[in-house]
Amino acid sequence: MKVLVAVKRVVDYNVRIRVKSDGSGVDTDNVVMSMNPFDENGLEEALRMKQAGIATEVIAVSVGDEKSQDTLRSALAMGADRAILIKADQTPEPLGIAKLLAKVVEQEGPQVAILGKQAIDDDSNQTGQMLAALLDWSQGTFASNAEFDGDAINLTRETDTGLETIKISLPAVITTDLRLNDPRLPKLPDIMKAKKKPIDIVDASSYGIDLSPRLEVVSVAAPAEREPGIIVADAAELVNKLKEAGAL
Amino acid sequence: MSILVIAEHDNASLNASTLSTLAAAATIGGDVTVLVAGHNASAVVTETQAASGVTKVLVVDDAALADGLAENIASVVTGIAGEYSHVLTAASNFGKNFMPRVAAKLDMMQVSDIVEVVSADTFVRPIYAGNALMTVKSSDSVKLITVRSTAFDAVEATGGSAATEDLAFGVAFAGTSFVSRDVTESERPELATARIVVSGGRGVGSKEQFSIIDDLAEKLGAAVGASRAAVDSGYAPNDCQVGQTGKVVAPDIYFAIGISGAIQHQAGMRESKIIVAINKDDEAPIFQIADYGIVADLFDVVPELMQQL
Ligand SMILES: Cc1cc2nc3c(=O)[nH]c(=O)nc-3n(C[C@H](O)[C@H](O)[C@H](O)COP(=O)(O)OP(=O)(O)OC[C@H]3O[C@@H](n4cnc5c(N)ncnc54)[C@H](O)[C@@H]3O)c2cc1C
Repeated sequence: MKVLVAVKRVVDYNVRIRVKSDGSGVDTDNVVMSMNPFDENGLEEALRMKQAGIATEVIAVSVGDEKSQDTLRSALAMGADRAILIKADQTPEPLGIAKLLAKVVEQEGPQVAILGKQAIDDDSNQTGQMLAALLDWSQGTFASNAEFDGDAINLTRETDTGLETIKISLPAVITTDLRLNDPRLPKLPDIMKAKKKPIDIVDASSYGIDLSPRLEVVSVAAPAEREPGIIVADAAELVNKLKEAGAL
Repeated sequence: MSILVIAEHDNASLNASTLSTLAAAATIGGDVTVLVAGHNASAVVTETQAASGVTKVLVVDDAALADGLAENIASVVTGIAGEYSHVLTAASNFGKNFMPRVAAKLDMMQVSDIVEVVSADTFVRPIYAGNALMTVKSSDSVKLITVRSTAFDAVEATGGSAATEDLAFGVAFAGTSFVSRDVTESERPELATARIVVSGGRGVGSKEQFSIIDDLAEKLGAAVGASRAAVDSGYAPNDCQVGQTGKVVAPDIYFAIGISGAIQHQAGMRESKIIVAINKDDEAPIFQIADYGIVADLFDVVPELMQQL
């Protein structure tokens, strides 16, 4: 079976985020970009499915501008067989992305689509569930373990009270939590080989989907700074301070 | 305005997050209907009827709704959402799981994890792990929203007397079934709503040594939290994780012990009223947001603190 993995190019998680002074967004010029960490888990899972003989081909897809090719190259270096860039200068909203991915699913016919549970830039946590809904597929979200069992998956999810296991039949969408696996680091020869692997580039507009945003961004602001605190000498002073503040 | 709130519950009791969601609904203003979709959840229905500000409780009872499976909850909500101006639920694991499914079925864009209602169509939500706050205006005919519980003070759990109405469930989604649940048992208060949270990080060193965190929490009547590193290393269960990809908490006092204070961790606790940091590295970023810091070995400080309390 084919497995589709969605990967997004985002500001690296180590970068200190700066809100633009005109309130129009976050500064992404000249900052380190990398693959959304959750998508690395998604790709790793797909690669393990291939190693286990469950998957035959792993296809990485990204929606974004030209530069998202870098992210797809990383995906190819990790081991994806081929890659598709859906070129869009303005990144669509999760609903638009899900619609585009649904089109790719129609064309490619994978049995499993794996997405990160959220992208660390927008933090929406929507796209995987939306894709499942558009395709009318089962969804296994926030996965920390996935065991394939014939044409179903026993999927363990991280919940607010612990863990939950559900059985989802294929075809299905999985969204990953970080504890699903440890993504591999590509080795130099793989990085070299990845340069020769194909990336198909398709214009987002060619799918005939209305991608105009439903949410208008009114403004983007930095959160309020916290008042600077103090260093106390020891536990006794701490307890006194907390009592003075009326907190204990 | 007519608002539909989807209750979060375990068929036995209403989750406190729903009371915060009701507070967000009250800020928008209008009639508030609450949907209780579950199985044998009459206790939840009774609790919901009593919650402040609820006009009506819709009850859908079916075995297929017993375990909160997203496909089945979403199908109920999709069927009725069009009758409302807003549909709200908590930005909890439960809400995050089903709401985008509703949104896609209705061809609408969800607004995730709101922390402020600016007006009936404009909301503020954190992005980039809370390093920026984005104000968005929705043009969809139904606003589909998940609510960050810590940003809205819960409405009163009692005093209301809403009427109930039964709705029939349609057809269960064939492809997904519930297998098992492994709930973390704890005598400590719930992390999401506790007045005091004591969190331990990688600095605590091992699962055995994490008992120092549990002991302090017990002494303070506090909930136990953890950094991702502590959860990944198996010191604490996954539902203790605080941060961008864990829970968001805003207690009166948050103790960060042996936690460096990465932005992803801060995302889950920086709205706490008082932050206390205990860390032996005086350059740890946690000190930049702490109200009170102690630069010392946690294994010296925590026992001293236990004695002082
Ligand atoms: C996509 C993504 C999402 C993430 N989501 C989350 C999240 O939700 N929550 C989260 O917490 N993290 C999250 N992280 C991880 C985050 O980046 C940090 O790696 C993590 O928070 C570090 O945990 P820590 O502070 O316990 O460990 P460390 O950073 O290793 O810090 C340990 C601290 O303990 C101190 N220490 C050690 N020994 C002692 C001692 N004896 N006494 C006193 N102090 C001591 C050290 O000085 C150090 O500051 C995420 C990362 C990514 C990439």
